[in-house]
Formats: sequence, C-alpha cells, structure tokens
Amino acid sequence: MKLFEFMAKELFSQYGIPVPRGKVVKSPEEAAAASREIGAVVVKSQILSGGRGKAGGIKFADTPQEAADMAQSILGTDLKGFVVDTLLVEEKIKIDQELYLAITIDKANRSPILISSASGGMDIEELSEDKLVKRNIDVGIGLQPYLARELARKLGLTGGVAQQASEIMVKLYKLFREKDAELVEINPLVVSGDTVLAADGKINIDDEALYRVGDSVPHTEERTELEQKAAALGISYVQLDGDIAVMANGAGITMATLDILQYYGGRPANFMDAGGGAGVEPTAKALEILLASNPKAILVNIFGGITRCDDVAKAFAQVKQTRGIDVPMVIRLVGTNQEEGVRILKENGIDSYRTIKEAVEKVVEITGTKAVE
Amino acid sequence: MAIIIDDKTRVVVQGATGKQGSFHLKQMLAYGSNVVAGTSASKAGQSVEGVPVYDNVFAAAEAEQPNASIIFIPAQGAKAAAFEAIEAGIKTVVIITEHIPVHDAMEIMALAEIKGATIIGPNTFGIISPGKCKMGIMPNSIYLPGKTGIVARSGTLSYEIVYNLTAAGMGQSTVVGLGGDRVPGLSFIDLLQRFEADPETENVVLVGEIGGNAEEEAAEYIKTMRKPVVAFLAGKSAPPGKRMGHAGAIIERGKGTFESKVKALAAAGAKVASLPWEVPELLSGGSV
Repeated sequence: MKLFEFMAKELFSQYGIPVPRGKVVKSPEEAAAASREIGAVVVKSQILSGGRGKAGGIKFADTPQEAADMAQSILGTDLKGFVVDTLLVEEKIKIDQELYLAITIDKANRSPILISSASGGMDIEELSEDKLVKRNIDVGIGLQPYLARELARKLGLTGGVAQQASEIMVKLYKLFREKDAELVEINPLVVSGDTVLAADGKINIDDEALYRVGDSVPHTEERTELEQKAAALGISYVQLDGDIAVMANGAGITMATLDILQYYGGRPANFMDAGGGAGVEPTAKALEILLASNPKAILVNIFGGITRCDDVAKAFAQVKQTRGIDVPMVIRLVGTNQEEGVRILKENGIDSYRTIKEAVEKVVEITGTKAVE
Repeated sequence: MAIIIDDKTRVVVQGATGKQGSFHLKQMLAYGSNVVAGTSASKAGQSVEGVPVYDNVFAAAEAEQPNASIIFIPAQGAKAAAFEAIEAGIKTVVIITEHIPVHDAMEIMALAEIKGATIIGPNTFGIISPGKCKMGIMPNSIYLPGKTGIVARSGTLSYEIVYNLTAAGMGQSTVVGLGGDRVPGLSFIDLLQRFEADPETENVVLVGEIGGNAEEEAAEYIKTMRKPVVAFLAGKSAPPGKRMGHAGAIIERGKGTFESKVKALAAAGAKVASLPWEVPELLSGGSV
C-alpha cells in the first residue's frame, strides 16, 4: 500500500525526522489560509505517483493569492492517471544540498538495503553507481548508529549535517521495520543552512502486514471497485480491455493463460488468479465476479494442486443451478481429484478439456475471434 | 541422485492437523514420501494417517529424527514455525504458506543463513524428486522419474510444463518451486548450480515470469553451464505497472519486462519456448 507524501511525512514526524512546516488542503481558500500562516510556500499535488514536478503538480507561491491560484490550477486536474483532490501546502525552504536516502528490500541479498547519495533530487535510476552509497543491513543487528555515521562519512558529510543525517538514517530504519514497510524514501533529504530535513517522502507498506500495522498507519486505495470486491475474497483481479473473461489458479499460470489466449487471437477481459486452495464458496463468488463483467465467453484454466478439481466443479455447478450461466464457458480441468471434478461438470452439462491448447482454441472459435495462425 | 530431497528424506509436517496440512500429509504419504512426524500445538499425541503428532519440531526431532520440514501454518504464525524448525536442527525447510509479511521472510532467511538451513519458499508449491520424495502440494499424478531438472517461480505453471514433459515421456530428476514471494530462500542460480552438479540431471527447464530481475541474473550463470537450459516465461501480454496476483509478477519502471528476460536468456544460450507445449521439443534438441 502506497502512502501519500503528506502521510509519509506524518510518519516521519512521529519518528522524529524533521519535515518542513505544512498543511493538507482541499481548496484554493484553504491554500491561501495556509500561506497566510506559513509565508512563501510550495503547493504540492498529493497523488500516488512520482514525477509530479515534471507533470506540473508542484508549484511555488509567494503570497496567499498566488497560493490560491496555484491550488486552483492543480486541483481537479488529471496527473499521471490520478485526479488531484488533495494538496500539501508547505513552507518553501532554502536548499543548499539535496541528498537521497532510501531503505528498501534487496531481494537478491534477502535483507534490507540502505541506498543513499549526495546527489539527490532526481530519480535514483538515473544516478550512476559511483554516486551511490549502499549498505545491506542485517535484520538481526539493525542499523546501528556507528554504521549510520560511517554511511554519512561516505556521503562526504561533515559536522552537524553528518550527525543529523546519520540520526535520520537510524530513525528511518526504525520506521521501516516497525511499520512493515517495503520502501521508505526521502528524496530529497535537504540540507538547509545547518539543518537537515525531509522535503519529500515515499512510503510503501507491505499489504501482507496490514493485519498488524494497519491501525497505526494511514490508508489509501488504488484499486477499482470490482478489484476491491475481488480482493476482499482473496482473489487477485485486474481489469483488462478484452471480451473473454479468464480464471486460473496461480499468478504464473494465469499470466501464461492470458499469453496463450492472446497468441491465438483472443482478447482477455481480465486477469483473475483465484488463488491456491480456494474452496467451493470462494470459487463460486469468483465466477460471479467474472459474470458481472459481461464477457462474451469465460475461459477457465485450473491445474489443481492445493486447489481441488472437485471443489471447482462443485462451485461451477452451484452457480449454474442458482443463478444460471448465460455465456459460453470453456473449462480446462486437471490435477488433484480431477476425475471427480470432470464427472460433476458432466452431470451439469458442462464440458471440460484436458489441455489448455484445446480449451483456448475452443473459446477463440466460440467468440469468433480469428486466430493468428 | 536428485537434488535436495530423495528417498532418504525424513519429513515432519508442521501444522499436520489443519485442513491443508492433513490433506497434503495424506497426499505425500500416498506419493511414497517418508513422512515420519507431524506437529500441532493443540493435538499432540494424536496421529494423522498413522503419522504421530508431536507438540513441536523439537519433540518430533527427538522421537523421529526428521531431516526436512514442510510448513502449513497460517501466515501470522509462519515465522515462528520456520524459526522452530531451524532451531530444532532441520536443514531443509519448505514453507508452503502464502501472505507472509516480507519482514518476517527476511528474518527467516537471516536465521537460516546463520544455522545453515535451506529454505524453499515461502509461497511455494514445494519440491519433488519424482519416485523418491514429494514435499509439497503438487498433484501426485503428473510426475515421471527422469533426467530433467525444473526450477519454477510459479506452481501451477510448473505443473503445466511437467504435464507436457511427462506426456512426451520425458521424466524429471527434481522439480523445485522458488515461491512467488519477494524474498525467497533460494534463487534460480542456487538451483541451476545444484542441477549442473547433479549427475542424474541432463538438462534443465527454467520457468520464470515478468517482474524483478531473477531471470536476467540466472542468464549470467547459464552462460557458464554445460547442461542445456530451456526457458518458458509468463507475462508477455501483461500491461505494465499492474500487480498480477503475487508480488513477483509486476513490471515497474521498465524493469523485468518479458522482452528483457527473453533477450538475456537467449543471449546466454538458453532456448526460450513461446508456448508451454514447445518445451519437450526444445529439450530434445529440436527447434520450433
């Protein structure tokens, strides 16, 4: 779960990481009021995407009137696919140096990694390796102050600035661990006179850990309504723009099913990973979500491992008997308890196939899409 | 020979009395795996399918000397279960559980490294050395003992590949699932190295997907391998920026695309199949 900049800064404040004075506003009037209180400000659109500056989502204002005008010009606009409804109005700070500081997960080393640079302010991908100071952190030991001081020295920082930057690193690591973050990023971490503060912030919280940190972090939502409904059922569902609804079990095979369908000229309406081990009820609900999207046909590809073919078949039979299935459905069903599953489908007048090739060819034929070959 | 598990593997099932644990304990026994013990915090003293259930892995280890564990404990307790297995001296730990917080996974991997344990997963279908031992949730019927090693990120997609191989009469030495989570215990390279060293494995299939750069890293190692590698990748049709099912399957900032992976693998000398049923043909030296 990504957090808005203002939410990230709230968490920074809680952990004692200095941030510029600011106010969250939703109208030009509130922006003007914030500017009257703060003085010269920067007006920042709050969207769950980077690159706001280049897209026109960050503007400077010296007076309350200017702040209102800038707010007016940003609010309601579409930035990178997000409609702006919230702004952060923040004191304009003098920038002497911009640093980069982030902690994320290094998959290759299976541990947290701190990434920093004395050349902050831009996308980290654009920085050459020799400008980066990186350090894997042992989760058993944590980021100890001596190590943070060494990293600050490597960044070329000295005196009070080095002291503050290293303290911020330790606090940021604490936040990263305690809030189950996948990413905490300060870019830029600004040196302004003799103080160091976080001028921008990004935090992604691990969705899988929301059960234990959910109450202590703010919440955001990026998914469509149907996607949320599916998520509540433990199903991964992503809307696409084709007309053949697809259900499979497992992310890999679902993607491969979409690939094969497209290879044969069919257009998938969605990605749906019904998950491993889904029982009768969740599978029936998953099918209902597919039916709700009004597809031309439904393609199901189940390779039962932890998922039992008889459960899948029972779910389909149940939906057919209770609400009816008014579009053609092509099912490939193999794996655990396969014979029982095929038998149940047959009893309910539903044919099934043993290979994905046969099933895809059939669904493409039914929907009248022309094959590539 | 096979890699990691074989007919000498003695399996303890953690969470043996739960719905998934008991079902798959039975399936593993039916496959012929040597399941020697189960654990359950509340049902010690009982048995599942004739397999004795103990309080914890320490007690199971004292009584039955297992050397591998498979975990069916829900996500909130999975870290403690993995720690328990590692602390009890188990050197091969298969974590089936999905939805484990990534910070927990990092802690598991850190302890495993200190204690010299091998972690397979989390969020994996497991590992099978056909005809010898199965530790996982894969269907029993599709495997055939043989000489092809398979390493996959995704479970069901590996079943698809195995299904096609077996149908073509091509057996498998060992099939391993890395797991779909962000921090898996083993990498493609870890497994490719083991397959390269295994006298019984003649060739290897790598089943990957979009997102991350694990396939690109694997390609670097494939360049140095003697044994032929065939790859199949999922996600060609996936739109960028969308999370497809699990954390592994996401393309971000142009990294981990289908094209970059195909390019890296092909440049390393691996044959890349466009469709799952092309894999057997490519393994037997043909082209498609």
